[in-house]
Amino acid sequence: MPLFFEIWTLGVWDFFSAMTLPLIIYRSLRQHALSTLVTAGSIALACGLLMTVWMVKEQAQSAFTNTTTGFDAVLGARGSKLQLVLNAIFHLEASPGNLAESDYEYIKHHPLVKTAIPIAVGDNLRGYRLVGTLAELFTGVEIAPGKKFTLEPGGRLFSADAKEAVAGSFAAQRLGLKVGDTFHPFHGLNFNPSEQHTDIYTVVGLLQPTNTPADRVVWIPLHGLQTMNGHDPKYATEVSAVLVQLRTPMAGFMLDLMYNKQGNRLTFAWPVASIVADLFSKIDWFDRVLALVAYLVALVAAAGVLASIYNSMSARRRDIAILRALGARRRTIFGAVVSEAACIGALGAAAGFAVYFAMFTVVAGIIRAQTGVVLDGRAGGQVLWLGPAAMVALCALGGVVPAMKAYRTPVAETLAPVS
Amino acid sequence: MLAVSGLEKSFVAPDGVRATVVSVKEFSLAAGGQLALRGESGTGKTTFLHLIAGILAADAGRIELDGVAMTALSEPQRDRLRAGKIGYIFQAFNLLQGHTALENVVLGMSFGPHGADRPHARELLERVGLGHRLDHFPSQLSTGQQQRVAVARALANRPKLVLADEPTGSLDRPRAKESLALIRGVCRENGAALLLVSHDEQALDQFERVQNFSDINQALL
Repeated sequence: MPLFFEIWTLGVWDFFSAMTLPLIIYRSLRQHALSTLVTAGSIALACGLLMTVWMVKEQAQSAFTNTTTGFDAVLGARGSKLQLVLNAIFHLEASPGNLAESDYEYIKHHPLVKTAIPIAVGDNLRGYRLVGTLAELFTGVEIAPGKKFTLEPGGRLFSADAKEAVAGSFAAQRLGLKVGDTFHPFHGLNFNPSEQHTDIYTVVGLLQPTNTPADRVVWIPLHGLQTMNGHDPKYATEVSAVLVQLRTPMAGFMLDLMYNKQGNRLTFAWPVASIVADLFSKIDWFDRVLALVAYLVALVAAAGVLASIYNSMSARRRDIAILRALGARRRTIFGAVVSEAACIGALGAAAGFAVYFAMFTVVAGIIRAQTGVVLDGRAGGQVLWLGPAAMVALCALGGVVPAMKAYRTPVAETLAPVS
Repeated sequence: MLAVSGLEKSFVAPDGVRATVVSVKEFSLAAGGQLALRGESGTGKTTFLHLIAGILAADAGRIELDGVAMTALSEPQRDRLRAGKIGYIFQAFNLLQGHTALENVVLGMSFGPHGADRPHARELLERVGLGHRLDHFPSQLSTGQQQRVAVARALANRPKLVLADEPTGSLDRPRAKESLALIRGVCRENGAALLLVSHDEQALDQFERVQNFSDINQALL
């Protein structure tokens, strides 16, 4: 009877008699424990890599796209919208230039604008960006619906004219800052010990974690950064960018027209989320390359299952013939080998979660350290069940070729010598 | 119980010539009966047993086992019949090395209509004197003990017919006698017919009914 017809006609009785299957599979896996472990290990790596690539991609895209820290737009010097957003919202990249105080005042009082908060950059504290701003950022702005900046107990906001600082939670942890500590700022966005300013600042408050890029920043009064010793007093009233909350969605279209299309001095980066999303669509090819690498690793791992079981078939011929002589049908043997391959896949997929959590933790840590964006490895995602299921299926498929070899084992000639 | 008529089986030799190995006009064994077939190596005894067990398909002829025409069945049907009605004690025991004694016996019954019955498997092993070796692997058992596991396994599925192919070939004289007595006794207790093939005269002496295989296999004439 053709092989696949036999498989399709597997009856209920065969299923129950094949309840012996778990015993056969278990013993086979134990007998070949080393190759089982090695093969399952490679499956675990493949599965973990697949899940990590997908989850990091999904979460990073979502986290970056949804990180607006409560603002709809950024106004800055003429230049790239992406650069403006990366600089002002994510505290990455250099500012494309400065805005005059009058530009800030204009947008602050514009009827379409609800809130306008200026920021100034250009200094750092041992690699962590110093951002000058107004205290209003921490009291008047919702960084997410219903959520504002909150200070840790025992701290307060800085005074506008004082050399005081409030540290984001991540920066505070990494720099070992606590309330009462003092520090010298350093000039530039990158840490250079020789660029120390003579000003001395005092930490007066620590922010609670917001899981946004704001956690990586040390905040000081706008006036303080503008008038830092060593900065050119000519630019003492200029700002790097203005963070904008709009009164209505339509306001964005109108201001976009006004600054970007009709004007040529300033750039109005709006909407923030779309600008970041656009970045991800531009580097989509990179995601696909990473995904392809992950798929190839998975294929290689499944091929490893095929090779491992296939190579053991010669040693197992006798056992297969004995089982057949005891009454096991060819399709039971076929099912046992495919199931064994699937079990190895399942073992690997289960261990793959450990690999995934380890890899994800490392990658998320790097992303958080570099951008302040927080990814959550425990968040759900289709790939977390689809990936392992696909690996198990792929391994089962890899088991088909050795299963066919087992299926064709000639019983009589494989058993004891004929007399 | 067992009725064979006009049975033919041939193989193609390495030189390409087809040679008839088994040609049996008539053969029968009654339910519960015990018969030993005498024959030297290479006379087709194992092939004959394999045909009766349904492991090999006959080229021609008829084998009727407990009223079922084995030769008219497809391979899966023969497998099922063998699992339900036949126990086989192989020449080299053919125990599964990766399974314990108990598991070997359980597997001997698993593919039959009653499925796995661990208590029954335990009973059988206790009956053959291995109640204290249930969890031992074949490599941890002596030759005689392995043979007893093979006997227990052959009876596991409550067969109507037990086929034994040179079951004492690997045993010394005292063990061989003991083993044959065990096989005969257990078959008798379970109402199973026994067909044994051997070239060992001392083993054959223990049977009331002994036939020369050359008398029934025309291919040897």
